[in-house]
Amino acid sequence: MPSETPAPKTPVRRPLSPHLQIYKPQITSATSILHRITGVGLSVGILIAVAWLAALAGGEESYAVFLALARMPVAQIILFALTAALFYHLLNGIRHLFWDAGIGLEIKTAVRWGYLVLFGAIVLTVFVWLKIYGVAP
Amino acid sequence: MNPKQMRSPLRIAKGLGSAQSGTEHWILQRLTALALVPLSLYALAGFFQIVLTGGYAGAIAWLGTPIGAVFVLMFLLVGLRHAVLGLEVVIEDYIHKSSDKVALIFFVKFVAGAAALLGTLSLAKIYVGV
Repeated sequence: MPSETPAPKTPVRRPLSPHLQIYKPQITSATSILHRITGVGLSVGILIAVAWLAALAGGEESYAVFLALARMPVAQIILFALTAALFYHLLNGIRHLFWDAGIGLEIKTAVRWGYLVLFGAIVLTVFVWLKIYGVAP
Repeated sequence: MNPKQMRSPLRIAKGLGSAQSGTEHWILQRLTALALVPLSLYALAGFFQIVLTGGYAGAIAWLGTPIGAVFVLMFLLVGLRHAVLGLEVVIEDYIHKSSDKVALIFFVKFVAGAAALLGTLSLAKIYVGV
């Protein structure tokens, strides 16, 4: 019969595998968590798209109400963030699909495409919103 | 067949793994992602056009065409399915209390289902022009 050892007064500090606080943030880990965050944000965004359709189906009056709400500064900031999230999630999603096909998994390629995806999302978002505000040609 | 392969041909063909489920979740997430690349670009381009020049009349005209109505509907339904699949994984990763997890996933599916119905009905109403 195995002898019972008494529970230690202080808990045993077993070694843990490295986690978020240990690893230095890298472009690959940053783009990964950003993919999740933008994905959750876009889930709310698609509900706004449904609201837009419902307002449109309701007729000119309800559509005017939707537009008035969408033109509020807070709403404009949210819509800007959602545009950025959509472009980012779309570009990085394509990056993920390539990875799933076994392409571009080399560290150098993964890092380079991480920066490219971020850069591309920023450029597209800024371009679209400059267009909306009539600044871009 | 690889002689070192221990799995039966049926097991490989089913491709379910030891958990017996989950593979279709993974595959469906990739398939919806792939479909959403052209669909979201189409919806975004159309929506962008409305914001810039179309207004109410432009939006009604766009969604009154078969192509506009069908592709926006597909974008919506595939997008909502993709969102549910993604949110499910996020919830399973961060919510560890079983009852909370189940309730939250149910809530997500309920909202997505309601949104799919509202979006479909709205698009149908615009398309038929009642």
